[in-house]
Amino acid sequence: MGAAIENTGTNGRPNQDVFAETLQQLAERDRDIIAVTSDSRGSGKLVKFGNDLPAQIVEVGIAEQNLVGVAAGLASAGKKVFAVSPACFLTARALEQIKNDVAYSDNPVRLVGISAGVSYGALGTTHHSLHDFAVLRAINNMTIVVPADNFETAQAVKLAVQSSKPVYLRFGKKPMPLLTEDTNVGFEFGKGRVIKRGADLTIIANGETVYPAVLAAKKLEADGIAATVVSMHTVKPLDVTLISELAAQTNAILTVEEHMVNGGLGEACASFLIQSGYHKPFKIMGIPDEYTVTGSQVEILNHYGISESGIAAEALKLIASANGHHNASKTANKITNANA
Amino acid sequence: MGSLPAYLNIIMTIKELKLKSNEYRKKILKYIVGANAGHTGGSLSCVDILNVLYNNVMNVGPDNFSSPDRDRYIQSKGHCVEALFVVLADQGFFPESDLETLCKYKSHYIGHPTRKIKGVEQNTGALGHGLPMAVGTALAAKMDKKDFRVFTLLGDGELPEGSNWEAALTASHYKLDNLVAILDKNELQITGPTASVCNTDPVDLKFEAFGWGVHHVDGNNVAELTEVLAKLPFLERKPSLVVAHTVKGKGISFMENNIKWHHGVPNKEQYETAIAELDLDFANIKTL
Repeated sequence: MGAAIENTGTNGRPNQDVFAETLQQLAERDRDIIAVTSDSRGSGKLVKFGNDLPAQIVEVGIAEQNLVGVAAGLASAGKKVFAVSPACFLTARALEQIKNDVAYSDNPVRLVGISAGVSYGALGTTHHSLHDFAVLRAINNMTIVVPADNFETAQAVKLAVQSSKPVYLRFGKKPMPLLTEDTNVGFEFGKGRVIKRGADLTIIANGETVYPAVLAAKKLEADGIAATVVSMHTVKPLDVTLISELAAQTNAILTVEEHMVNGGLGEACASFLIQSGYHKPFKIMGIPDEYTVTGSQVEILNHYGISESGIAAEALKLIASANGHHNASKTANKITNANA
Repeated sequence: MGSLPAYLNIIMTIKELKLKSNEYRKKILKYIVGANAGHTGGSLSCVDILNVLYNNVMNVGPDNFSSPDRDRYIQSKGHCVEALFVVLADQGFFPESDLETLCKYKSHYIGHPTRKIKGVEQNTGALGHGLPMAVGTALAAKMDKKDFRVFTLLGDGELPEGSNWEAALTASHYKLDNLVAILDKNELQITGPTASVCNTDPVDLKFEAFGWGVHHVDGNNVAELTEVLAKLPFLERKPSLVVAHTVKGKGISFMENNIKWHHGVPNKEQYETAIAELDLDFANIKTL
């Protein structure tokens, strides 16, 4: 029970609610902002948008390929288009349209994948998007942004409106607390946000996994381990400058994501790090290459250790292998055994 | 007429259009031979349609290509790019000599349309993409109360792509009477006769059932094309489909209706024979 509670933020709102609200605020002042939906305005929280701004929403029915093709056509004629559909369908069913009509044709569509990752929980694999970072990373001219909290979400939507290039925004359904009250930690595409600094290791996470990473870092603090936590909201282009700095400044790197380990944030970091000569301990946490355990989002994430205690435990193991620190190793074993 | 833009002054007679088609066919073959690659049969089947669109129907040319009010042409059957490139060069979008680089290392003139070439609206090549993008563009015109039109050329072989039918529904739902799809119905695709690969007939009834206005035309007859395209939109508040019945490989006797020429490249002898046929055709048109 404890694990389920620790992984549920209650003092924030779902990012996709904030997305819809921000988009509507902007759309009320800019009639060129258009939402395109595939029977997805309910899950995209755009019912109010549709009621209040009926001339600025296009409904194509359950037809994701058409959703993206139509969005590309609208964008080519100067509309600031947000194509909104569950991430699982948008980035699989319409992948060829994303590749050709949006990215290759350079039509600046803002693709919005909602209820992403395992947000749909027990609805199962058909509704999970654990592939979207991987497939979109392999498409040129695509920016991939995964906001972690309500602040990042609002900023991302504002920046996406201004963007003249294709962007993929990925949101989940869970209420997300603010990561930091520090207003100096700004937000721009391609720049990771350092939420917390510590010299022992770096935790690079994104989306809804940043919050448990912050909680894990606080837990580690009690054990005398100082962790840096980064919200790496932009998977592509990756902030390799920041990763380089943190690779030099800390003794290990742990990545966390709500995505299959194949081709995701962790592998993006690993690819950069190994090619830049990094040789300290490194670990990717995500969903392994298997059909996930069944259950709610929180249950699935906890099962794979993407939780406050799971991330803390991996961090300790990593620290132990980093410096052979006897006490850290013992602590790690203790925590692992306690979790078993 | 003097105050109108240049591209509107050039309204061709049927004889002029026929001569243009003849010229385009020669150039299509020339550049396909030069590239040693190309979709010969389909380019020859659709070139009369492009001829009439660019010379007599659409309000688009090099001078207004950046205008938001221009008519749009999106070639869904992107593989027949040679026809498009030859027509765009003739319209003055780029020097025809550029086509000597077709499919060559580092050339922007590749085997499918790309926006790196002036005059190309969208990067196509994967099938079933043109119609949805055309629908979005036509929808934007409606939103902005602009009167430009959007034309898209579909191949009959690409019709089984479901995205076409998704877009056909949306076009009808939003009453896009500024949208015109032209079906290059040459009845052949790479595997064999389209009707035996996946029969899409009766395609007119299908589109009508989807809420479109439909007209049939001989798609290799520039006079018929001119006449039918002057009737757009076919029905009030409905998108229009022109079912253009064409012949794959049209104009070259040994290529016509022969699947071998889907992407066959003529050898030197075949090329000379083809050009001789077109020269004869040219002489016949001249005497009209």
